[in-house]
Amino acid sequence: MAFLLFFLAGAAGGVLGGMGMGGGTALIPLLTVVCGVEQAAAQGINLLSFVPMSAVALTVHARRGLVKREGIFAVILPALLSSLLSSLLAAVLPSRALRKMFGAFLVALSAVQFRAAYFEKNRQKSARIFSKGIDKRKNLW
Amino acid sequence: MRKIDVFGGVAVGVANGLFGGGGGMVAVPVLKAGGRSAREAHATAIAVILPVSACSAAVYLLFSRVPFAIFLPVALGVTAGGFAGAELLSRVRSSLITLLFAVLMLAAGVRMLF
Repeated sequence: MAFLLFFLAGAAGGVLGGMGMGGGTALIPLLTVVCGVEQAAAQGINLLSFVPMSAVALTVHARRGLVKREGIFAVILPALLSSLLSSLLAAVLPSRALRKMFGAFLVALSAVQFRAAYFEKNRQKSARIFSKGIDKRKNLW
Repeated sequence: MRKIDVFGGVAVGVANGLFGGGGGMVAVPVLKAGGRSAREAHATAIAVILPVSACSAAVYLLFSRVPFAIFLPVALGVTAGGFAGAELLSRVRSSLITLLFAVLMLAAGVRMLF
């Protein structure tokens, strides 16, 4: 039963992760808030399970030509360094502190997401209006 | 090397290491600033996060913060879900998902803060 619950939580996080939409930010609260896993453990589980998942997702995206690699090492190299230092910090911090910090991080991210959703919606709307205009012109001909 | 890549990279690593996830959410706007479309940025973010996650995961493993009894079912689910998500990316309206996800994040974040 527990196995199934953990599998389902993983699948939900994995769908978002495979879309490049922050699978971890979904999986970690699912594991802690819903399944009662400790914060530090949830973070470690998310990081390690991301490795095989992203390998699979990347092959799908690469086949569609969506992965644009030019210049990504300028992002990866500083990220590797800061992740090493910050995961060492996370390793010595108590789970309770990690959980609070993660909560604050989620609230901040959701604000950014609300803004992004608003702009995406407006762009899609104007794209629709534009294509309708073209349709009308076609009818005139 | 552009400044936004370096500073963005540092932020990606901090989120990934300290919060154990969410580095991709930081990487997407950085990659968009590099001239990629939304879909390309989402897909490329995974290529950025893969080595960074492996690095953070190694540290978490070293400090034995990965319980394997939970890791195994979760990793199976994540990998299966990840394949489905990758297939879905080209088919769904992203604004709807972004909005839904924002609501969920806000709720989870508030719950974890208090």
